[in-house]
Amino acid sequence: MTPFTTLTSIAMPLIRDNIDTDAIIPSREMKTVGKTGLSDGLFAGWRYTEVGGRVPEPGFVLNDPAYAGAAILLGGANFGCGSSREHAAWALAEYGFRAVIAPSFNPIFRGNCVRNGIVPIALEARALAGAPQPLAIDLPAQTVTDAAGTVATFAIDEEAKAMLVGGLDAIDLTLRRRDVIAAFRDAHRTAHPWVYFDA
Amino acid sequence: MAKTLFEKIWDRHLVEDLGGGTGLVLIDRVLLHERTGGVALESLAAAARPVASPAQVFATMDHVVDTLPGRTDRTIMPTGTAFITATREAAKAAGITLFDLGDPRQGIVHVISPEQAIVLPGLTLVCPDSHTCSQGALGALAWGIGSSEAEHALATTTLRVTRPKTMRITIDGVLGAGVTAKDLALHLLARFGSSGAKGHVLEYAGTAVRALNVEGRLTLCNMATECAAFSAIIAPDDTVFAYLAGRPYAPKGAMWDRAVADWRTLASDAGATFDTEHRVDAADVAPMVTWGTSPQQAVPLGRAVPAFADVSDRDTAEAHARALDYMGLAEGEALAHAPIDAAFIGSCTNARLSDLRRAAAILKGRRVATGVRAICVPGSGAVKAAAEAEGLDRIFLDAGFEWREPGCSMCFFAGGESFGPQQRVITSTNRNFESRQGPGTRSHLASPETVAASAIAGRIAAPAALEQIA
Repeated sequence: MTPFTTLTSIAMPLIRDNIDTDAIIPSREMKTVGKTGLSDGLFAGWRYTEVGGRVPEPGFVLNDPAYAGAAILLGGANFGCGSSREHAAWALAEYGFRAVIAPSFNPIFRGNCVRNGIVPIALEARALAGAPQPLAIDLPAQTVTDAAGTVATFAIDEEAKAMLVGGLDAIDLTLRRRDVIAAFRDAHRTAHPWVYFDA
Repeated sequence: MAKTLFEKIWDRHLVEDLGGGTGLVLIDRVLLHERTGGVALESLAAAARPVASPAQVFATMDHVVDTLPGRTDRTIMPTGTAFITATREAAKAAGITLFDLGDPRQGIVHVISPEQAIVLPGLTLVCPDSHTCSQGALGALAWGIGSSEAEHALATTTLRVTRPKTMRITIDGVLGAGVTAKDLALHLLARFGSSGAKGHVLEYAGTAVRALNVEGRLTLCNMATECAAFSAIIAPDDTVFAYLAGRPYAPKGAMWDRAVADWRTLASDAGATFDTEHRVDAADVAPMVTWGTSPQQAVPLGRAVPAFADVSDRDTAEAHARALDYMGLAEGEALAHAPIDAAFIGSCTNARLSDLRRAAAILKGRRVATGVRAICVPGSGAVKAAAEAEGLDRIFLDAGFEWREPGCSMCFFAGGESFGPQQRVITSTNRNFESRQGPGTRSHLASPETVAASAIAGRIAAPAALEQIA
């Protein structure tokens, strides 16, 4: 995973509350058993003029040339609610988004972002959604700076920050604790033997 | 120190405190389905990471498979077959138990896991599916994850989890006649909102919760994810123990007695503190239906579509207007006047035997209104067989419902079957998002009995209102 420290980019506004993962990537756009080939399906229901088509809907922000190349997405409250499909994060990442700024996130979606190098930033995004402007994200400092130089700080849990800044693979990290896990599991099995089928 | 039920389960699974509020948590069960499970297994195999404990992992086919009679690996959804075959091959290679097509145990993952007693009180259980919170109904800590986290759980038997906050909603009193667990879930969503339990483990307590059978509890816990909860949980009691006893994967004999003795300790202690507490009077809960495109946009049956001023604490003006436009409704409009095009009974929310029995009691001797397409999809092979053994299939078929094979079916649109644009659907499912059940489809969430009554009336109707029609 690509480490994330700082990023300066135009921010694309899609300020709607409760944007669900079906909207981010409709189930019908998840065509293959894999994690790639999803960016064309990103926001497909809003982005194209008809279902399954690829004719851009001119009124949708993803098709607005003023925001071309944006790596920051601005969203509404409860962003990423609904289905746990990680395809939503894969599609956003493949399209080129590296950060989403929204007042709140669904917990499963937020975790999926962190596992895929996308920084979920819990901030009121509406104030940042005026004319197209570059925003500067500093993850180690936990700040977002707008074009006028106004600095907003955001909270992110230490684990998520460490994974993103280090570009770390969680499985590798955890497997280093293999012996600790095995010992704990043996003790758990002794106390709760009915839990285990792998006697 | 007094502990909550969540804290008791967390503590007995906490391998290590990783600092910063994150714990390395032991995972007792991983469940997979073909939509998100196959990709996790394939990705693990490609990284040459073995599944650490395949005996603790179970997989089923539910999301992509067809539900029409005579189904095969071929799907109406384009490219669906690849998900089925990839999951089958990966499960076999990893040594995972798979409830495949044709297996009488196959069905929706959150229906079959309790049925088979794969979920037990006090367990940690994860599945790459947001409705995994359903299974907290049996007193397990069960939550939905993404595919990467599923890989992590499969490879390490653990997850790195930011410790969730705790919330308790105590519902005392008695639910009124005809008021179901689904109505309670929608009432709570309308009251606390779609972010109302964000990141919390939500413990349901109180006499009205205790009075629910296990199937009702599964329905209630199922929709906790719609209020952004980490999960939901209910303290296990004799109702749960009686439900689990003798089921295939439940402990047996002396081990059963030992397990039950342990499970009896799994309740929040008197004096345990929660980050948030709410109290609800069961008598305030009415049969509910959604009018909008978020599950929080729900009102008591018979009530009109709310004006923005009445819900401005919950919705923005823009969200309210957008939902009305999508649904083809106006402020103050009586929902009962809206003709429906389709009725759907199914999903991990409401497709268990008691759901079908209650719907059948309304359908018996009646016919679905002309022009309404009505579909019933039992939640599992076991539900379907039990329903057929007591003749429920005949009641559904005679009323004009389709009677299908188990699966998630038209709870969501995967590119296959759809209800069609602007079609108004009354549905026992969990999400009324834009285009959830098909591009442009307008979904109204309700209980199975309200779906059945509406199918007969041809418009959104309470079961009680049928007496005047019949």
